[in-house]
Amino acid sequence: MTTTRRVKVHDRQGWRSWLGGFFSSSIGLKWLMALTGIGLLLYLLAHLLGNLKIFLGANALGEYEIDLYAEALRSLGGDLVPRQSILWLFRIGLTAIFVLHIYAAAELTRRNVAARGRGRYEAKRQYEAVNYASRTMRWGGVIILLFLLYHLADLTFGWANPDFVYLAAYNNVTASLTRPPVAILYLVAQAALALHIYHGAWSLFQSLGSANARYNILRRYFAVAFAAVIFIGNVAIVLAVWTGWVS
Amino acid sequence: MTDTHSPTLDAAAPEGPIQDRWVNHKFKTKLVNPANKRKYEIIVIGTGLAGASAAATFGELGYNVKVFTYHDSPRRAHSIAAQGGINAAKNYPNDGDSIFRLFYDTVKGGDYRSRESNVYRLAEVSNEIIDQATAQGVPFAREYGGLLDNRSFGGAQVSRTFYARGQTGQQLLLGAYQALARQIDAGAVEFHNRSEMLEVVTKDERAVGVVIRDLITGKITSHSAHAVVLATGGYSNVFFLSTNAMACNASAAWRAHRSGAYFANPAFTQIHPTCIPASDEFQSKLTLMSESLRNDGRIWVPRDPADTRAPNDIPEDERDYYLERQYPAFGNLVPRDVASRAAMRMIDQNRGVGPLKNGVYLDFKSAIARLTKAKIEERYGNLFEMYERITDEDPYEVPMRIYPAPHYTMGGLWVDYNLMTTIPGLYAIGEANFSDHGANRLGASALMQGLADGYFVLPYTIGEYLSGYLNVDPVPTDDAAFTAALNGVTERTERFLSINGTQSVDHFHRQLGKVMIEYCGLVRSREGLEKAIGEIRSIKAEFWNDLRVIGTSDSLNQSLERAGRVADFFELAELMCIDALNREESCGGHFRIEHQTEDGEAKRDDEEYAYVAAWAWNGEDTRQALHKEPLEFEYVALTQRSYK
Amino acid sequence: MDLSLKVWRQAGADAKGEFKTYAAKNVSEGASFLEMLDQVNEELNAAGEDPIAFDHDCREGICGLCGLMINGSPHGPQSGTATCQLHMRKFSDGDSITIEPWRATAFPVVKDLIVDRSPFDRIIEAGGYISINTGAAPDANLIAVAKEAAEASMDAAACIGCAACVAACPNSAANLFVAAKLNHLNLLPQGQPERYTRTVAMVETMEEYFGSCTNYGECEKACPKSISIDFIALMNRDYVKAQFMNPVKTGQR
Ligand SMILES: Cc1cc2nc3c(=O)[nH]c(=O)nc-3n(C[C@H](O)[C@H](O)[C@H](O)COP(=O)(O)OP(=O)(O)OC[C@H]3O[C@@H](n4cnc5c(N)ncnc54)[C@H](O)[C@@H]3O)c2cc1C
Ligand code: HEM
Ligand code: HEM
Ligand code: SF4
Ligand code: F3S
Ligand code: FES
Repeated sequence: MTTTRRVKVHDRQGWRSWLGGFFSSSIGLKWLMALTGIGLLLYLLAHLLGNLKIFLGANALGEYEIDLYAEALRSLGGDLVPRQSILWLFRIGLTAIFVLHIYAAAELTRRNVAARGRGRYEAKRQYEAVNYASRTMRWGGVIILLFLLYHLADLTFGWANPDFVYLAAYNNVTASLTRPPVAILYLVAQAALALHIYHGAWSLFQSLGSANARYNILRRYFAVAFAAVIFIGNVAIVLAVWTGWVS
Repeated sequence: MTDTHSPTLDAAAPEGPIQDRWVNHKFKTKLVNPANKRKYEIIVIGTGLAGASAAATFGELGYNVKVFTYHDSPRRAHSIAAQGGINAAKNYPNDGDSIFRLFYDTVKGGDYRSRESNVYRLAEVSNEIIDQATAQGVPFAREYGGLLDNRSFGGAQVSRTFYARGQTGQQLLLGAYQALARQIDAGAVEFHNRSEMLEVVTKDERAVGVVIRDLITGKITSHSAHAVVLATGGYSNVFFLSTNAMACNASAAWRAHRSGAYFANPAFTQIHPTCIPASDEFQSKLTLMSESLRNDGRIWVPRDPADTRAPNDIPEDERDYYLERQYPAFGNLVPRDVASRAAMRMIDQNRGVGPLKNGVYLDFKSAIARLTKAKIEERYGNLFEMYERITDEDPYEVPMRIYPAPHYTMGGLWVDYNLMTTIPGLYAIGEANFSDHGANRLGASALMQGLADGYFVLPYTIGEYLSGYLNVDPVPTDDAAFTAALNGVTERTERFLSINGTQSVDHFHRQLGKVMIEYCGLVRSREGLEKAIGEIRSIKAEFWNDLRVIGTSDSLNQSLERAGRVADFFELAELMCIDALNREESCGGHFRIEHQTEDGEAKRDDEEYAYVAAWAWNGEDTRQALHKEPLEFEYVALTQRSYK
Repeated sequence: MDLSLKVWRQAGADAKGEFKTYAAKNVSEGASFLEMLDQVNEELNAAGEDPIAFDHDCREGICGLCGLMINGSPHGPQSGTATCQLHMRKFSDGDSITIEPWRATAFPVVKDLIVDRSPFDRIIEAGGYISINTGAAPDANLIAVAKEAAEASMDAAACIGCAACVAACPNSAANLFVAAKLNHLNLLPQGQPERYTRTVAMVETMEEYFGSCTNYGECEKACPKSISIDFIALMNRDYVKAQFMNPVKTGQR
C-alpha cells in the first residue's frame, strides 16, 4: 500500500516563498555554495595580487608599495565618498559571502548526516572516485575559517600581533610571519585552502549545471591551476618573509 | 486417447470480414458511461507489461483499481528482461509489411493453432502500441533523420521490429510503469507491493475477489471487486532452468484453474535456441543471448564426436555447419523450434561441445572477417560483454557456446475474444493467457501481445461484463466464500511449515525440472510422457512428505513463498504431460517423435487436432476434462512449414 | 574454492541485527555470487537454520532487485556489474567476504540483506512520467527525435533502479538515480511540456528522503549501468531553470 504526497510546484507565488523554496532545497543551497565559492575565489585572487606587492619593497620615498595599496583601498572613491566607505561596503559584502557559504555548508552537512543515518558499513568502503580533497571539504573549510579568524585578528585588527601598526601592512606582515608558529599556521592553512579549491573549483561547475564531455576535463585543469596559483602565491609570501628574504 | 465427445468451447469471436471484426465488436460492446466507471472496483494482479498497461488505462478511464504484485516495485516484473524488440505493422521501412502480413506471419509462425480473429486484432492494434510507447517517452532506436528505426527479427522477411538497444522490454515496461505511477499519484490506483495472490475467490460461478499474502508481515487478507484481472506471466520455470526470472511462476493462473478457469494448451512451450549452456549443477537460471546473434553467427559442431580440440584448432572441413547443411534456404535463421531441435539432435548424438558437452558453437569468425570487429561490436557489443562475464570466454576470439533453453509458454488460461476466462469476471492477459501465438511464438510478439491486451483490448472488452453489475456492490469480504478461501490459504501455508522433512524446496524443483526437460521438453514421446507422469507424482508425494521449510509464516520467508509455487508446478507439470500425450501430432514447440516427416520435421494433423485443448479441473487426483475450441482458418491457408 | 562469509542477519525491520559468519565450501569458479549464496542457503536449510534473505529475480542485471555491499563495494569489485552478474572467479580460495545490505535512512532493512527501496517509487509517482492517456498518442513518426537525443536519453533510461548509487554515496544522495530518470524524459521532445514541473516535483520529493550531492562521483563508479554524473549537472541546471520557467499564473492576483 502506498501513500504519496504531491510537491506543490505552482504554489510559489510571492517572491519570498519563491526564493525561499529554491534556497531551502539542497540543490539551491549547492547553487549558493558555488556562487559564494566563486566570490571567495575571486577575492583570493585579488587578495593575492595585492599581497604580492610585498615583493616590490619600498619606493624612492621609502614608502612600501603594499602600504600604499592598503591606503589606496581605504581612500577608494577619493573625496567623493567618506574615507573607507567603499572598503566597508566591500567588507560587508565579503562577510556576507562567507556567512552564506558557511551557512549552506552547515545546513547541507546536517541534511547529509541525517540521510546517512546510524547505519555504517562494516567493511571498509572501497572508494573509487572520492579523493582526499573532496572528503575533507568540511574539515578543510573549518580550518580555513579558524585561520581566517586568526588572520583578521593578526593583520586587520592587530589583536594577535604585538608589533601591529595601523596601516603599516608591510611591517605587520613581516612582524607576524617571522614568528615560526604563525608562519607554520599560515602554511597549514594554505594547504587546507589548496585542497578545498582543488575540489571546490571543479565541483562548482557540476553544481551550476555545466557538464559536457567536450570540456569536462577543462574543469579539472581549471581547478588545479586555480589551487596552484593561490597556493604558490601565498606560500611564496609566507616563506619569503619567514626566511627573511623580504624583511 | 483423443476423446471425440469432449464438449466444444465458444470463443464468442465476432463474424464477418476479418478486418471489420474488431471495429464492429467494439461498437457492439456495452459501454460504461464515465460517471458510472467510478462505481466499479477492478483488481489487477501483476505489473508486467500486461498488468501495468491495463491498470494504468483502467485508472485513466476512471475505474477504481487495486494492483498487487509480489515485487517491491512494478518495474521489477519479468517483462523488464525482454531484449530484442517489439513488432508492429507500421511498414515504415516500406518493405511491404501490412496488418494482414503480420497477422499472416503470426498465424503461420504459430503453426496454425491460434484463433484468427484474435491474431488479426493483435496485428491491428500493434501500431497504436508504438504510438503510445513513443509518446510516453520510450527511447526507441532512431535513424539519423530522427525517425524510428526497425530491424528484422526471428527470421521474418520484413523489418518490423522496434527496439531500444538490447533493452526493449525494460523501456516498454518503464513506460507502462510510469503511466501506472501517474495513476497511483492521482489516487485512481491503489498499489500493493510485496503482496502475493494465493487464491481467486468465486461466488455463484463468478470471480468476486482474491486472497493476498503480505510477503513482509505474512498477513493474509481478502479483497473483493467487480472483476479480477490476472496478468501474472508464464510458467517456463516449471523446467526449473529457464530464461525466466527466478520468481516467475504459475500459481496465480493455477489457483484460478482450480477455481474453474480452463487451462489451454499447457504443452505448448517454447525452447529458445540461443542461451548460454549451464556450467554446473548449482546453476540457478539460464541467460538468453538475443536471437539477433543468428543474423551473423554460424552454428556448427565438430564432425567427429570424439573431437576434443579447441574450436579454433578444428579445420573447416572437420566442422559440421548442420543448419546450413540441413536447411539451405534459411540456414542459421530457421525458426526457434527448428533450430532448437537441430541443436538437440547434435547434443543427443554426443556431438555437443564445452565441458559438459551440452552446447553447440555460434561462430563469428567469418562475420568479423566480413564486417570487421568494430561492426560486430556495434551490433552485439553488450551481448558479447554479458557472455564474457558469465563464461569468461571472449566471443570475438573463441566461438560462443549456445544451448536451447525453456523461454516462453504459449499455453495458459483459456480466454474468449473478450479475454475473459471461463470464470465470468475473471480475465487473463499477457503471457498468462493461452495467447495469440498458437503452438509457437515469433520473436518480438510477446511484448506486442502483452501491451495490446493491456492498453487496447481489455479496457474496451471488460465493459461488456461490468455493465451487467451497475450499482451492484462487490461481495463483502466477510462473505462465506472469502472466509473459506482465506482459511484454505492459511491452512496450506501452515502445512508447508509443518511437514518438517529434510529436503529444500529447490531440491524438489530441480528434480521436477529434470523430468520435465527430459520428457516434456523439445522432443516428446508417448512412453516418455507416461514415464514423466509417474515420476512427477512420486516427486510430488515426496515433496509433501519430506519438504523442509525453515522459519515462520508471520514474517518474510522466501522458502515458504517458493514452496507454494513449486507445489502448484507439480500439478501443472502433470497436466502439461497429459496435454502433450493427448495431442497426437507435432506442431510448433510441441514435437512428438511419433509424428514427424521422413526428414525429421514436425508433422501436423489438421484433421484431428486443429483445436485448442482447454482442460477443466475436476478435483484432486481425478483426470481433467478436455474441452475443445475448434479452429477455423478462413484467411490463412493451412500449409506444412518448410524451411529447406 | 572455500570462502568464509560475514553476513548481516536481521530478523525484521525493528529487530536488531548482527553479523554472522558462515563457511562456503567448494564453490565453483563459474558460479555467480548469488548462486554461491543459494548454495550456502541450501546448507543452512539442511542444518535447520533460517536461510539468508536477499532480493533478486532476473539474475541478468536488468531488474535491479539484487544489490549487496560486498567487501565495501556496492555490487562487488567488478565495475559496471550488478551483483547477480558477478561471478566467483573474481574471488580466490580462502577469501573472507563481508556482505551487507544497502545503508541509508530512507532504506530500512526489511530482513537480512533486503532493504525497502520504495522511496524510489514515490519519486517516480511525483512526476517521473509523461502525462499521456492511452489512445491519445499521435503517429509515432510525427515526433522526430534527433538520434543524439534518443541515444543520450537511452543512456539515462538504462537505470535499473538498484539504488547502488545511494548505497555508494557518502551523503546517501539519490541524485544519480533521479538525474537518470529525469533526463530520460527531459532530453526527449515528448518530455518538454512537463519538463520543469517534473524536475521540481521529483527533485523535492527526492530531498524528502535523501542527502545532497557534494559531487563525490562514487555513485557513477558503483552504478551497474555506469550512468554518468553529467546527468546530475543537467538536473541541477534544469532545477534552477525551473525557478523561472515554471508557470506562475501570469496576470493573476
Ligand atoms: C530473457 C527474455 C527475453 C525476452 N525477449 C522478448 C523480446 O525480445 N520480445 C518479445 O516480444 N518478448 C520477449 N520475451 C517474452 C516477454 O518478455 C514476456 O512474455 C512478457 O514480458 C510477459 O509479460 P507479462 O506482463 O505477461 O508477465 P510478466 O512481465 O512476467 O509479469 C508478471 C507479473 O505478475 C506478478 N505476479 C505473478 N504472479 C503473482 C502472484 N501470484 N501474486 C502477485 N503478483 C504476481 C509479477 O510480480 C509480475 O509483476 C522475453 C522473455 C524472456 C524471458
Ligand atoms: C576563501 C575560502 C573559501 C573558498 C574559496 C571556498 C570555495 C568553495 C567552493 C568553490 C566550493 C564548491 C561549491 C560547490 O560544490 O558547488 C566550496 C564548497 C564547500 N565549502 Fe568552501 N570555500 C571557502 C571557505 C569555506 C569555509 C570557511 C567553509 C566552512 C567553514 C567552507 C566549507 C565548504 C564546504 C563544506 C563545501 C562543500 C559543500 C558541499 O558540496 O556539500 N568553505 N567551497
Ligand atoms: C598567506 C597569505 C596571506 C597574506 C600575506 C595575507 C595578508 C593580509 C593582509 C596584510 C591583510 C590586511 C590588509 C589591510 O588591512 O589593508 C589581510 C586582510 C585580509 N585577509 Fe589576508 N592574507 C593572506 C591570506 C589570506 C587568505 C587565505 C584569506 C581567506 C581565506 C585571507 C583573507 C583576508 C581577509 C578577509 C582580510 C580582511 C580584508 C579587509 O580588511 O578588508 N587572507 N590579509
Ligand atoms: S543510477 Fe545506477 S546505481 Fe543508481 S539506481 Fe540507477 S542503475 Fe542503480
Ligand atoms: S556519490 Fe553522492 S555526492 Fe553526488 S556525485 Fe554521487 S551523489
Ligand atoms: S537480479 Fe535482477 S538485476 Fe540482479
